[in-house]
Amino acid sequence: MLIADALLQGILMGLLFALVALGLTVIFGVMDIVNFAHGEFLMIGMYSVYWTNFFFHVDPLIALPVSAVIGVLLGLASYYWFIKYLLRGPAIAQLFGTFGLMLFLQYSAMFLFSADYRMIDKGLLVGKSLSVGPFIFDWTKLAAGILSLIAFAVVYYFLNRTRIGKALQATALNKEAASYMGIRTDRMNALAWAIGGGTVGIAGGLLVNFYYAYPMVGILFVMIAFACVALGGFGSINGVFFAGLLVGILEMVFPVFGHLIGSDFLGPHFKFTVVYLAYFIIVVVRPQGLFGWKN
Amino acid sequence: MLKVSEIEVRYSGIPIIHNVSLVVNDGELVTVVGANGAGKSTLLKTIAGALRTSKGTIHFGNEEIQGLSTPEIVRKGITYVPEARLIFGPLTVEENLEIGAYIVNDAAQKKSNLDFVYHLFPRLADRKKQLGGTLSGGEQQMLAIGRGLMSNPKLLMLDEPSLGLMPKLVDEMLGAVAKLRGTGKTILLVEQNVRESLELADRGYVLQTGRTILEGTGAELLNTESIRKAFLGL
Repeated sequence: MLIADALLQGILMGLLFALVALGLTVIFGVMDIVNFAHGEFLMIGMYSVYWTNFFFHVDPLIALPVSAVIGVLLGLASYYWFIKYLLRGPAIAQLFGTFGLMLFLQYSAMFLFSADYRMIDKGLLVGKSLSVGPFIFDWTKLAAGILSLIAFAVVYYFLNRTRIGKALQATALNKEAASYMGIRTDRMNALAWAIGGGTVGIAGGLLVNFYYAYPMVGILFVMIAFACVALGGFGSINGVFFAGLLVGILEMVFPVFGHLIGSDFLGPHFKFTVVYLAYFIIVVVRPQGLFGWKN
Repeated sequence: MLKVSEIEVRYSGIPIIHNVSLVVNDGELVTVVGANGAGKSTLLKTIAGALRTSKGTIHFGNEEIQGLSTPEIVRKGITYVPEARLIFGPLTVEENLEIGAYIVNDAAQKKSNLDFVYHLFPRLADRKKQLGGTLSGGEQQMLAIGRGLMSNPKLLMLDEPSLGLMPKLVDEMLGAVAKLRGTGKTILLVEQNVRESLELADRGYVLQTGRTILEGTGAELLNTESIRKAFLGL
């Protein structure tokens, strides 16, 4: 029963992890750039809902579009004002560039919002739970899981069923060939950053319902997202979805084993060790990731 | 239709094309032949806007197009078909073709382009759900050409469509080019198979180390002493 409960909770967290990692894999797929500032985009998504709630007394769930819009704008601003110029330099410049953006956003948040841990204590769903048979779900986590799934599905549909989405895929597969088809690849780059920022913004807006916002919160989640992207195969949308679920389930189910056999060694503080262990094994056995096509 | 006048193209400072001029008239099949490294692909990529000229002009219709980006040039009506390696391997044949029609907004036009491609290459129709990367070399080349045709170009530029194919397939591929020309398409063809492409073409240019050294009708060039010696081994 404990295991089944952990499994369900893990799936909910996994859906959120998948949404966090989605933008990272889209940006990597299209541009071959690892966005180190992705976690800070998440952090800003969290703060945008937090402050909207704080100043305007808007319910955190209703404020979700704010985090999406701010995320999209942040993605576009990063691309047009910063990343675009980095493209002229060597690959290492892009690496340090997004790392610099990460530090810049962290310390800007520290300066503007201080290092305080902030939590939303009032909201439609905050603190409420739902019992289904023997299982008890926090409404906030349930909503986060379901809305993450919906957001992911919308992006998936966009990428696979629309003309622009297919052009984005073509750009990810081969930039040169895409431009011979008349695809303006610089706009596709910007679109990738808009999708990346928007989805992780939503993820932040959902996360802040049940997790503290603080300037360094991004690191924790971006590390998980990196593992998801690598597990799923760099640039693979299907891959990152299942990797997110896998990581969510592993980190929830694993501590239960520890609890059941009464071992402290297998306790909750080791939960991410298992995640990275799984990552390590897959990287050794199948370096392209579960669904990867990039080498 | 297309007029290239005395262009020079540099690749990291070094001129690859020194002085090339050529004309393609409406409805013509023009071929540019020459040895490996003569600058044939560079020439097509420059017309396509992927490389920049350092001297000279390129006119399409009455418009100067050198300096325009590739997507803009595609919208003017020039589509460059790169080597088959540049198809989208993880996408299906039909998805590849769909992306080829990216600039076509009219659904009926898209449909008729697709029918045209399937009519020209029935083998692509048989394999429309197959992934591009799993096709044979010849089929991938057909897909590359078909994808180029999907944009409904006024001028189609083919970059060595017979490259890496076995002799039987070379004939088949160049046969398809001949068929295409029969439909009234204007084509600029770059080839290493000198004899076959000159036999096929209305007119031809011979490129040597980045310069056009000869031009004439296909038949004229085939009878030129230096060509017979240099390329045909006669």
